[in-house]
Amino acid sequence: MRTVNLREMAKDQKARVVSVDAEGELGRRIRDMGLLPGIEFSVAGRAPLKDPVALRVKGYTLTLRNNEADYITVQTMEE
Amino acid sequence: MSTVNLALAGNPNSGKTTFFNLLTGARQHVGNYPGITVERKEGHLSWNNGQVRVLDLPGCYSLTSYSPEEVVARNALLKERPQAVVQVVDANTLERSLFLTVQFLELGIPVVLALNMMDEARRKGLRIDSAKLSALLGLPVVETVAREGQGKEALVAQAVAHAREKLGRTEPLALSYGKDLDPILTDMAAIVERNAFLIGRYPARWIALKYLEGDAEVMREGEKSDSQAAKALEAKVAEARKLCRDFLKSYPEAVIADFRYGYINSILQQGVVSQDARRQRIEISERLDQVLTHRLLGPGIMLAVLYAVFYATFSIGEIPMGWLEALFGYLGETAENLIPEGLFRSLVVSGVIDGVGGVLGFVPLIVVMFFALTLLEDSGYMARVAYMLDRVLRVFGLHGCSVMPFLVSGGLPGGCAVPGIMATRTLRNPKEKLATLLTAPFMTCGAKVPVFILLAAAFFPGLEARVMFLSTLGAWAMALLASRLLRSTLLKGESTPFVMELPPYRMPTLRGLVIHTWERTWQYIKKAGTVILAISILIWAAMTFPGLPQEQAAGFEALRLAAQQEGSAQAELDDRLTGIDNQEAQAALRHSVAGRIGVFLEPISRWAGFDWRTNISLVGGFAAKEVIVSALGTAYSLGDVDPEESETLSQRLAGDRAWSFATALSLIVFVLLYAPCFVTVVAMARESSWGWALFSVGFSTALAFFMAVAVYQVSSALA
Repeated sequence: MRTVNLREMAKDQKARVVSVDAEGELGRRIRDMGLLPGIEFSVAGRAPLKDPVALRVKGYTLTLRNNEADYITVQTMEE
Repeated sequence: MSTVNLALAGNPNSGKTTFFNLLTGARQHVGNYPGITVERKEGHLSWNNGQVRVLDLPGCYSLTSYSPEEVVARNALLKERPQAVVQVVDANTLERSLFLTVQFLELGIPVVLALNMMDEARRKGLRIDSAKLSALLGLPVVETVAREGQGKEALVAQAVAHAREKLGRTEPLALSYGKDLDPILTDMAAIVERNAFLIGRYPARWIALKYLEGDAEVMREGEKSDSQAAKALEAKVAEARKLCRDFLKSYPEAVIADFRYGYINSILQQGVVSQDARRQRIEISERLDQVLTHRLLGPGIMLAVLYAVFYATFSIGEIPMGWLEALFGYLGETAENLIPEGLFRSLVVSGVIDGVGGVLGFVPLIVVMFFALTLLEDSGYMARVAYMLDRVLRVFGLHGCSVMPFLVSGGLPGGCAVPGIMATRTLRNPKEKLATLLTAPFMTCGAKVPVFILLAAAFFPGLEARVMFLSTLGAWAMALLASRLLRSTLLKGESTPFVMELPPYRMPTLRGLVIHTWERTWQYIKKAGTVILAISILIWAAMTFPGLPQEQAAGFEALRLAAQQEGSAQAELDDRLTGIDNQEAQAALRHSVAGRIGVFLEPISRWAGFDWRTNISLVGGFAAKEVIVSALGTAYSLGDVDPEESETLSQRLAGDRAWSFATALSLIVFVLLYAPCFVTVVAMARESSWGWALFSVGFSTALAFFMAVAVYQVSSALA
């Protein structure tokens, strides 16, 4: 288990959200989409130019840009 | 029995629209909310001899005030006071969907849940105990599969009963937001009640919550109604922020969201949802995405799909467009035969019939384009296009979804800016939408093509294809650079967060496709039709009035008589008469308002190498870019020139000493960039506002003139 930034995760790696350090519209959108501390997800893939990144959360897939992923700290989980 | 008012709400992609179509069928009324381009849909259905009115709220994830959709949804709930909200919930994303439900309940609005897509959920091995969910939340829950019409009757029955019982109000849900925020919330609610702050509009605790969340809309309203109480509330908010920062290393809004999700989970964990582990599997969508968003295959497939949409729009749309053109040609001829020669005939034929024909001529293109666009959106592919292209378009201040309007407008030569402008609806951020809207008309639309071919044939013989290719590249470059310029000046602002859902791939329903295509098309015909007809008559008048003074007209008449009296061979006589007619047409055009504008502008347009003849044709080009070719024909006394067969005109231009390579280049650049045709301008006004549409005319023309002067001066100096 390691605490890293979401940007550094590899494809198919699993993690749990530790904190979302964003306020205002960005923070609100991230939370509206269900990405909150404690939520488990995995990286579904990245766009052809490596940015944005797609995340697989319970029941759905969501995308965010790398510079938006920077606000999210996660704890990676072993398989 | 009185009418029951319901509102339909839900997350995007929850099947809400399918539900709305299922409930109301064709009995819908579509309009826009005033001032913004969020669609307002309303429909009716009959139920047990009574009427049910259904208002379709825009899809949203929560009820804050960040996006126009959310503000609209909230205001509609508060102003129109539906007796109950039917929230359509994708059963696969229950937890996230309930986040919106909780916010309705906190507002004190009665909710009925339609647990939709139950078939998909069952296939995935997801078991939901809807009776338990209903008991725990204290509201009716109905399982549905909207695509197949399952659960419709039960849902309407429950919703109508709930609405009649509650009549729009329930006790607002009061969640606990933890030991840090709860006392502050109670204090704030007391301040609200003591001052009768924003009284009657919202529940007291809800106002307190919105202040803690930093909701700009509510705070503005509060400031206006009672600035002293607003100050007291803001002081409390500052206290809460400090508390959250010091003890929780967080923000009030984040704490609030945490507790809402906590409440939802506490409900779901009481045995509402269970997952059959044996049936967990990789979803089809995910497997499709491994190919469709693959690093190499993805962009390739995307280009093919976008090209297919483009190709379908213009190759399929062209066929009925030809029929319409033939029909209006026939109408024009008939009118010409029925009405005696004169101003009235000219008005009917050139003003009204050509004008209405101009509007209806675009309809087939719009139908096919909207159909394809709806298909891409409803299937979920559009979100992937945005996902793959976002990195590139972000550099220019645009969004991944901007690519469609560009392509349809003529990103591939032969497009049309009218459906292109209408395709900007997929863009959610107003600034990114405006930047796309203002630059999409630079693309080489089908009407600019004949102008370029004419000029290329005259001055770059044999290089027509290269001229077309380079002007298309130039159009893309200018559109992207201009939007970068706009986004760093007038439309400055952060790009919208790209946090969005990649919805699962789903087969769109034919019914939904047809209804959606039809309603968008009908709006175009209805609203744009009237304005376009008026402007078309105006342009006709500008190119007709004032007519030639009597002595000049008499002069041409005398010439005609003289030619007839000379009594030469019939063929030769016809030639001479046509020549005289053409000269008269040239003189009349020069004498008209448009002609005078052309002559008046000549001293300025000289900088770009244009004389008065070119100016007139450019004024006429505002009606439709094809008109440039025919107006040039008239201005050079060649009579009516068919834009498709302009060899004589191109020879005439090539031989004219006033024309050079530099003039041709400069005119190509100018035609590429200057004011969009007025049908496009009307479409722009519909998608944004008249202010921005007029700005587009000024901005494009100024940019075009600047570029044309630069090109003309540099290439003349080099030659």
